[in-house]
Amino acid sequence: MPPLPAANSPWSRLVIDLDVVGLSRLQFALTALYHFLFIPLTLGLSMILVIMESVYVLTGREIWLRMTKFWGLLFGINFAMGVATGITMEFQFGTNWAYYSHYVGDIFGAPLAIEGMMAFFLESTFVGLFFFGWERLSKVGHLVVTALVALGSSLSALWILIANAWMQNPIGAHFNYQTMRMELSSFSSVLFNPVAQAKFVHTVAAGYVVGSVFVLAIGAWYLLRGRNVQLAKRSMAVAASFGLACSLSVVVLGDESGYVAGENQRMKIAAIEAEWQTEKPPASFTLFGLPDVQARTTHAEVKLPWLLGLIATRSIDTPVPGIYELVGRARARIVSGIQAHTALKELRASPMDAAALAQLQAHQADLGYGLLLLRYVANPADASAAQIEQAAWSTVPNVPVLFWSFRIMVGLGLFFILLFAIAIYLSARHRFEQNRWFLRIAFFSLPLPWIAAELGWIVAEYGRQPWAIDGVLPTFLGVSTRSAGNVIASLTGFIVFYSALAAVELFLMLRMIRRGPDGLGYWPTPAPAAAPPVAGTDALAAVRV
Amino acid sequence: MPDYETLRLTWWLLLGTLLIGFAVTDGFDLGVGVIFRFIGRTDEERRAVLECIEPVWEGNQVWFILGGGAVFAAWPLLYAASFSSLYVAMLLILMALIVRPVGFSFRNKLTEPRWRNFWDWTLLFAGAVPALLFGVAFGNLFLGVPFHFDDMMRPVYSGGFFNLLQPYALLAGVVSLSMLLLHGASYAAFKAGEPMSARAAAIGRVAALVFVITFVAAGAWLAFGPDGQRIGSGADPMGPSSPLLKTVLLQPGAWLDNYRGNVVLWLAPSIALLAALLAAVLLHFGRHGAALLSSGLTVAATILTAGIGLFPFLMPSSTDPNQGLTLWDASSSAKTLFIMLLSVIVLLPIVLAYTTWVFRVLRGKITLEYLRKHGSLY
Repeated sequence: MPPLPAANSPWSRLVIDLDVVGLSRLQFALTALYHFLFIPLTLGLSMILVIMESVYVLTGREIWLRMTKFWGLLFGINFAMGVATGITMEFQFGTNWAYYSHYVGDIFGAPLAIEGMMAFFLESTFVGLFFFGWERLSKVGHLVVTALVALGSSLSALWILIANAWMQNPIGAHFNYQTMRMELSSFSSVLFNPVAQAKFVHTVAAGYVVGSVFVLAIGAWYLLRGRNVQLAKRSMAVAASFGLACSLSVVVLGDESGYVAGENQRMKIAAIEAEWQTEKPPASFTLFGLPDVQARTTHAEVKLPWLLGLIATRSIDTPVPGIYELVGRARARIVSGIQAHTALKELRASPMDAAALAQLQAHQADLGYGLLLLRYVANPADASAAQIEQAAWSTVPNVPVLFWSFRIMVGLGLFFILLFAIAIYLSARHRFEQNRWFLRIAFFSLPLPWIAAELGWIVAEYGRQPWAIDGVLPTFLGVSTRSAGNVIASLTGFIVFYSALAAVELFLMLRMIRRGPDGLGYWPTPAPAAAPPVAGTDALAAVRV
Repeated sequence: MPDYETLRLTWWLLLGTLLIGFAVTDGFDLGVGVIFRFIGRTDEERRAVLECIEPVWEGNQVWFILGGGAVFAAWPLLYAASFSSLYVAMLLILMALIVRPVGFSFRNKLTEPRWRNFWDWTLLFAGAVPALLFGVAFGNLFLGVPFHFDDMMRPVYSGGFFNLLQPYALLAGVVSLSMLLLHGASYAAFKAGEPMSARAAAIGRVAALVFVITFVAAGAWLAFGPDGQRIGSGADPMGPSSPLLKTVLLQPGAWLDNYRGNVVLWLAPSIALLAALLAAVLLHFGRHGAALLSSGLTVAATILTAGIGLFPFLMPSSTDPNQGLTLWDASSSAKTLFIMLLSVIVLLPIVLAYTTWVFRVLRGKITLEYLRKHGSLY
């Protein structure tokens, strides 16, 4: 092999602009959170459309066709936003996280590309037929198309979460010093990552819950207004039963089950619990507390015995390591990582150095921990004990944010179970209209599943910090070499542009909901006084022309 | 497993296939987006033209998304260097690609003329900007992009957005814009009823003429204009993916090396030109289906022409040519390339099969009568 050019050392002359890091992270978080406003609803509504259309095909009753078409209209508005904002995510790794892309593209790119081929093509190709194929396809043919759209959406989530799970638990890969990046060793490990499985079930079920609450809440609004009564009641019945099943799976199969898989995942759960010291198994769950980052302790704790051990380890004898213990482990890995980094430097200078190669191989697994020091010192080998200590504690994510995000998310999850259970009861006894209090609660619950979903993202991704790839690549190293000015400009652009889009989308969504199935001409107007037939016809013409 | 060189070559061909897939399918969506306001003069006519692409553009655009994903997976260095270097241009394309889905979905929901006009103009720009900028990007590849790698292999871009708008790059932009206008016009002529069809055909004939002139000019410029690049030494098709190991020579006309080496390759530019002329003639005689095939051929052959010229370069550098990216030093590991190849072999035929089926289901002209009879709920 020809000698590598006399690069001084791989990372030592590194100048990282921390403003760029902060701005790039902010931009990524905002665009991802924004994208994730639309995705769960796409996942959920597409499944609900399949259920409604199946009932139509099986029973042949017109009202189910109208339901499918009405909810499909809202689905279409949301779907477009999901697709549009998804393109940003695909671009952004390259535009703003160029080093990340180079460093892990060999592994991380594959699931994204397969997602395109297997899932995104499927949903996008058939979504057009969903809208334009009603008169061109048989009943069953159209149902198959709808089902393929839903299948594509969920498959899409699967591949994205396989990629994401690799960031949380990067297995099946190794560092290649010749190319200065991570490379794939086992695709099946990446594919069958236990974190991916847990995440998939949890995230997709959460999406179904979002769709169910959406249908339930809007159905409740129609009932409160006395409009579209038959359609609303049937929609709510579907939403309630589908929603109950899904909200139970979200909570029972929470992705905590995957948190035992990796070191960072353990740190995440310790931070979620604000568990500073390792407890004797089975660990108790902290119901309430005030995490104090300065004092590294939690005040006013209210604990439920055993629960955390059961959730996190599914056993009563496996300990859940606390933050102090995990920081200690990180410290040891940083010390080992310094060795790896030094060996790599030597190897870059003289590629035939067998001793350096042996040293790199021995400490390779900890290279990422060595890189953590680059935030504090130009050459990790020169790091002082204090800097190593600082780097070790930097592996602790923001404890209070995780602690509270998680609790609010779980609280909302439990609330949804209750909501859907009551809805099923009322639906089965045909008593929705007599219980206006419930309809009001259901309606005002509309924003809640989005709050839960966004908090879930925060727990999973903000809780991954300081790592872009757990134990492999610190987030601050991943950025592109753009200037802070560039990123400020693009961030401002996104904020303005996305806000405008959100305003238009919301306006359109509300207008379509207010017009309703009756106003769209799918359903005879209930009372001439509420909406004169002429208006209905006009609105019908409006949509058709 | 095939050897590393074969895998890299295969992935270069696949990248070309994806680009062609994108330009041939979504290309007509972009083209129609630019011209639909002009070939439809009433709202109803515009609705009819739009309905020619509304059911299919979403799937077509996935070719582009997949192209991005494939570059990420198969050419991570290219993905990192090109997207971060062309930051502003990429974000402009991105904005255009974001308002397009939204525009299609939102436009027809309300009937107010102001609402519809707003979205019509938005769709026009959202079609024109990417169509132009894709060509500008290709033009810049031939000029070399001002980037190099720093110590830790981070791509560093040393130009600005306006450096991208040099005369040659703009010329390439006009090539791609006129090409996609021709293709979009052929599609609209084929798919829409009268009077939109005849108007589209007229626009298509003009676009074909502009394409032929600018295509020849761009080729001549490459032959006599800026320095081309040629690999000097150190490029090992089986070697590790590190762009720091080779030397690159600069020489006028070097972008035509491959054509000089193999006369058969001249077929690509010849087909691009002849097919464009043929499309213009066919549009004139009302053979719109054949014109669409012909314009599709133009699109494919044009992309192939550029690819052959650049080969084996993917993204040449102007500031440090030795560090430009080539087929041999910017790819993923052999293992990743192989696994991705297997998934393409399994999945792409399925995609092509159902896409064909969907187009078949949607066959037939969208005439004004059709529109009046079948309201859609999009």
